[in-house]
Amino acid sequence: MSESGHETANVSRRNFLRTGGVLALGASLPGPWTARAAAQGGAGPLRLGFQVHRTGIGAVYGRWYDRTTAAAVKLINEKGGIAGRPVEIVAEDDGTDPKRGAEVVEKFATQHKVDFIFGTLFSHVVIASAPRAGELKIPYIVVSEGYHVASGRLNRYVFQPGITDVRAQVTAVAPWILKNLGNKVTLIFPDYAFGHDHRDFFSRVATGQGGAIRALIPIPPTETAFTKYFPRVPADTDVLYHVMVGPGVLTFVKEMGEHFGTKRPQIFGFVDSLEGVDLASPGLEFLEGTYFWEAFPRYTAAGAPAHVRSYRERVGVNDSGASVNDPKDVSTFSHMFGCWETLFVIKRAVEQSGYKKPGPADYKAFVETLEGFQSFAEGAEHPQGPKKFVGRLHQVFGQQVISKVDKRRFTVVHRTAIEDSMYPPEADYTKQPL
Amino acid sequence: MTLGPHLLLALLEGTVGGLVLALTALGLSLVFGVMRIVNVAHGEFFMLGAIVAWYVSTTAGSFLVALLVAPLVVGAVAVTADRLVLRRIGYEPESTIVATIGLLYILQQVVLMTYGPYARPVAAPVYFRIDFPWFGYSGYKLIVAGAAGALLVLTWVALSRTTLGLYMRATQQDREMAQAFAVPVDRVYTTAFAVGAGLTAVAGALIVPVQQAHYLMGLDALLMSFVVVILGGLGSLRGTLVAAFVVGLSDGVVSVLFSPTLAKIVATLLVGLVLAVRGRGLFGEEGA
Repeated sequence: MSESGHETANVSRRNFLRTGGVLALGASLPGPWTARAAAQGGAGPLRLGFQVHRTGIGAVYGRWYDRTTAAAVKLINEKGGIAGRPVEIVAEDDGTDPKRGAEVVEKFATQHKVDFIFGTLFSHVVIASAPRAGELKIPYIVVSEGYHVASGRLNRYVFQPGITDVRAQVTAVAPWILKNLGNKVTLIFPDYAFGHDHRDFFSRVATGQGGAIRALIPIPPTETAFTKYFPRVPADTDVLYHVMVGPGVLTFVKEMGEHFGTKRPQIFGFVDSLEGVDLASPGLEFLEGTYFWEAFPRYTAAGAPAHVRSYRERVGVNDSGASVNDPKDVSTFSHMFGCWETLFVIKRAVEQSGYKKPGPADYKAFVETLEGFQSFAEGAEHPQGPKKFVGRLHQVFGQQVISKVDKRRFTVVHRTAIEDSMYPPEADYTKQPL
Repeated sequence: MTLGPHLLLALLEGTVGGLVLALTALGLSLVFGVMRIVNVAHGEFFMLGAIVAWYVSTTAGSFLVALLVAPLVVGAVAVTADRLVLRRIGYEPESTIVATIGLLYILQQVVLMTYGPYARPVAAPVYFRIDFPWFGYSGYKLIVAGAAGALLVLTWVALSRTTLGLYMRATQQDREMAQAFAVPVDRVYTTAFAVGAGLTAVAGALIVPVQQAHYLMGLDALLMSFVVVILGGLGSLRGTLVAAFVVGLSDGVVSVLFSPTLAKIVATLLVGLVLAVRGRGLFGEEGA
């Protein structure tokens, strides 16, 4: 016992010396430290902390967020960077885990000392990370889709300028569903914040316009088998509204097909149910003739504008929305453009606000400039379409697309106007102190 | 839907679920019974089975070949893990738990790095939809249930009728005595570990056309296997089978008639109850 104790003391002293030596050596070498010191002065690269789902159930989205971000940064740097400074991405995996998400925000602010944090998707991660960003007073710009930003429940440092929120999407497509597919709707949704936004806002908009909600079927986010949920769809349902996320999506759609067969109600889904999934996958025959919401059409239509084609080319996506290197590697096309557009919004806000380095004064200028934005024109920087930005909500609004599955492809049948998606604002972040 | 068809769907789901679960959990039970170790990486062998099945059926174009190759590949991975890790730490119970947790992460991350984060489907070798008057049901799921049942019977026969089965049972009853009677205990250990992994890999491969191969799919398999093995009694194969059916059927019936969350609550409660009242499980041996 005493012998082993002695040994431990020896080892730890040796380790201590070795660690000290390494540290001393490291400090004397020019390394990331010097680069960071240069950046702190407003020279050198602009460092963006990229919070990304590299592992966990969001990993498919994370992979494509990663690729889109890399492509956008490459373009920005080719054109001279942001305010003349090259952009550097510092990526950290949040594991699609809320606790880890908050830790990553902390790490970006205190350890990496980045200029801004942006990136992540899953609503539970964003909701857990946002308060820490608010406490650290560092802008946190998400590409998350949930209503949590516009609802006012986050804080003044959180923005969503690159992707529209669920409430806006639902508000825009609900009238079309009621008019074209039927009035009695049953909703199937994941049982957490993102799904609850669908439940609450679709129900509210639909009942306000003469529709009836026949049943609400929540599904736990880790579920892998779905057959057992379908008996709860009432027989007189006109429209089955589904939105699912995570690795079980394909099983969900297949089992829905097996259950209903040809006697199916009309089906309207959010493309989240099929992001990263090849429409030609076995078992998806059943989706033929059903409808989907898309943000950005996955399949290139004839006559698509040049900026859409060049966006696809730069991100490495073919005309069917899959990777140019591997046609089986299908993208999350209706979400990842948000990273691209967000980066260009950051660029514009940095350049207009005269932002130089992290600190209360420069962040104040950045936040207030961003809040003052009103619209983004369609083009190379905003390939998905034109946008309106509502500063008090910290939220962007855009066009929504409804597509029909036709010969195992999505074909656009309707495009809403930006105004169709706008709702009376509930929050005003600009009144919060900085 | 009225109660009759509702119940039919519940029983179908329950039977399929129970049989696949039995095959998945059997490996865990076998490994614990023979080697007295808790293999936390068990679910990853299930996942590997599914991934290998995807690779083979997309490259070779035959799901049947995939079904044969998956257990062999996964069995080989298990043998390697046994030789490189478990044997070196002397199958010491606490160390093997930690070591297999490590193995779990290594397997999971290697799959994420190579195969990627996608949930990829495989076309079912035979696909037909059984059209009941009230609802449709996947014919392939019934085939899965049949195949799982056949494999369970086969394993049972192998354990009770072959020399290897005799060795395994002897080692399970008393390792030192078995060694004294010239049972090659080391080899029996390796074989048990490989067979356990292979069985669960078949379950994983069978389920791919229904559920897709995904790098995180092992977690649920592990959790449910533990529920079944604890409920049935650690190391008792008969207990594992009975418990798999109880859990599978109750899961099917409760989740169709009431709610899937309630089904999970019931299963967990059942485990708690069995542990509190009968610590060794339904069929566990004394002192196990």
